[in-house]
Amino acid sequence: MNARSRHLARGTALAGVLALGLAACGSGDDGGSGGGDAAPVDTAAVLEKGGEITVWAWEPTLEQVVTDFEKKYPNVTVNLENVGTGNDQYTALQNAISAGDGVPDVAQVEYYAVPQFAISEALTNLGPLGADDLDGTFSTGPWSSVHSGDGVYGLPMDSGPMALFYNEDVFEKYGVDVPTTWDEYLEAARTIHEKDPKAYIANDIGDAGFTTSMIWQAGGHPYQVDGTDVTIDFAGDQGTQKFADVWQQLIDEDLLAPVGSWSDEWYQGLGNGTIATLTIGAWMPANLESGVPQGKGKWRVAEMPQWEAGQHATSENGGSSLTVPAASTNAELAYAFVDYATNGDGVQARLDGGAFPATTADLESDEFRSAESEYFGGQKINEVLADSAANVVEGWQYLPFQVYANSIFNDTVGQAYVSGTTLTDGLAKWQEQSATYGNGQGFTVNK
Amino acid sequence: MSTLTAPARPAPRLRTPRHHSVARPRRSPLLTVLTAVVLVYSLVPLAWLLINATKTQEDLFSSFGLWFGDSFSLWDNIVTTLTYDDGVFVRWFGNTVLYVVVGAGGATFLAILGGYALAKFDFPGKRGVFALVIGAVAVPGTALAVPTFLMFSQLGLTNTPWAVIIPSLISPFGLYLMWTFAAEAIPGELLEAARIDGAGEFRTFFRVSLPLLAPGIVTVLLFTMVATWNNYFLPLIMLRDSSWYPLTLGLNAWNAQAATAGGEAIFNLVITGALLTILPLVAAFLLLQRYWQSGLAAGSVKE
Repeated sequence: MNARSRHLARGTALAGVLALGLAACGSGDDGGSGGGDAAPVDTAAVLEKGGEITVWAWEPTLEQVVTDFEKKYPNVTVNLENVGTGNDQYTALQNAISAGDGVPDVAQVEYYAVPQFAISEALTNLGPLGADDLDGTFSTGPWSSVHSGDGVYGLPMDSGPMALFYNEDVFEKYGVDVPTTWDEYLEAARTIHEKDPKAYIANDIGDAGFTTSMIWQAGGHPYQVDGTDVTIDFAGDQGTQKFADVWQQLIDEDLLAPVGSWSDEWYQGLGNGTIATLTIGAWMPANLESGVPQGKGKWRVAEMPQWEAGQHATSENGGSSLTVPAASTNAELAYAFVDYATNGDGVQARLDGGAFPATTADLESDEFRSAESEYFGGQKINEVLADSAANVVEGWQYLPFQVYANSIFNDTVGQAYVSGTTLTDGLAKWQEQSATYGNGQGFTVNK
Repeated sequence: MSTLTAPARPAPRLRTPRHHSVARPRRSPLLTVLTAVVLVYSLVPLAWLLINATKTQEDLFSSFGLWFGDSFSLWDNIVTTLTYDDGVFVRWFGNTVLYVVVGAGGATFLAILGGYALAKFDFPGKRGVFALVIGAVAVPGTALAVPTFLMFSQLGLTNTPWAVIIPSLISPFGLYLMWTFAAEAIPGELLEAARIDGAGEFRTFFRVSLPLLAPGIVTVLLFTMVATWNNYFLPLIMLRDSSWYPLTLGLNAWNAQAATAGGEAIFNLVITGALLTILPLVAAFLLLQRYWQSGLAAGSVKE
């Protein structure tokens, strides 16, 4: 823990220095733009001029995007490198920034991690480069997630508005109605597990991303960030209490399969009906199709269960943006690529590859919404998922050190799943340790 | 028990009489059971790997782990592993071989030279070197990875094969092993004799000492080979470009696909790839083990 925090601290300091250095260079180069700030990128000219950029991303559909992009703009070379998924890549990025060498021009960063990199000035503010003109282009959840302070630190690549994915076979077999509220969900969990002790309504062994998304949907605001002033409060947060109340019952009554998400057991459970639902982001269909071929025709999508009947509240789960690290020496070309991939022709290529869009134009288009999914028994799943994108509760904030906080989730809150501690105790411990870390990083947390 | 058949022959011997010869060791049920447990413990994962490499992804999820599934698709799995993503596995395999041949081979070579010199020559500061080597053995390579990374990025060597090869060249443990081995295996008198006969130091080393060191060399080679072949953390932080990945990183990247939104889960290829990855190591051990055994026993009996 210590080694890592020191490491991050140094990364932060160095990134700041690098950012300053670059700003100075930038103003020297384009003498005409005045004021030293970058003007909106004339993407056509930049792309015509060409150059070489390195992109760090694990999103599989980007391969096609890069191929198309290089074909369309033959003067540009894009080196797409998969440096690892999520945390692995963040560590590598932080290392490269500390070393001041080998920093990519474009990096994929998940929404929950954007504030951490933005506030340490590791990312370029894309606002002046053209992102300021993109209001309304992206759905509100992802668009607010890439904002930090007054800056725009990435363009949303995909989004994960949550929905309830369920195995219809299981629900029909046990005569259970698909739950529309979390209370009904709890009842359904009891019935399913009672009728088949091997079957569970869901799997959960403690997942930071899932927990925060659930609190988000319940209207909670446990994290309040204002510059470097941070408040973390789970105990006094109503949304958190709603979630903890229902989830504690699921845990106490052993109604959750003790299986970690993304493991082979998980894929197995999704295929054989022992895990009956997934409350997860809208990017899930592609994973079900490739990872759970046995589930073809069985799975359906419904609106996320509500905390109060009649509501239509949802939240975001996962999803990522493309950012331009401050140390990139080719920020304009990098921005032109990011724009192409998230807002230009790249979007269609990614949709064809099974990604879920963040662009409102696609979310609202008839073609997208009316597409019937063979895997989901012909259901027009995009209607449900796109509606979810429109119903995301506003005002959620992640911590500016959420990557670290999530990394200690399993040691704190995760204990509630395996031992006698309660979720509330676990959350209190998570809060305490996150606050200690934040204070050590120069933030003012809960003071 | 076995003593019943042994004729009582009170022959006066220099050593204490032993009732249990090598050919007829005394049997201990406890030791047999313990050995069996260890054997099973080390073989079950191998058996699991072998069995599951024959399954399709669907079978992996639906059949019992320690027995074969409905399908037998070992061949299909191997072909797919070798051709998936334009045959990137073959490239990773080649990278690993490169790192092992240059890295582990070089480490062994340096360990031989250093160990021999430390064992057979006197020079000022030898005790200091000894302390340094022993200290270095105690520092795990993982702890040095990040400082090494920062140093290598200053040199502009990260994301190149050199970033993996150069740190692999240093094996304090190998050096220590060669040192003690050379001290035991090469009699000082032999070197004296060679020198008196007019052999230069190089000739003495290559013609006289090197053959005597062979078992030790094989031991060190096996150690460094395994260490380099399985090296994960160092390449993880040094390499970005997947075309320079060794197998360990490549398999991890494949495994991570299952945990990626929109990624394709390829557990069957990860398992088959893991099987293919360990085959060369198994082969190396089988081929080199006789040298190794003689190496371990060398010097234990005066002939």
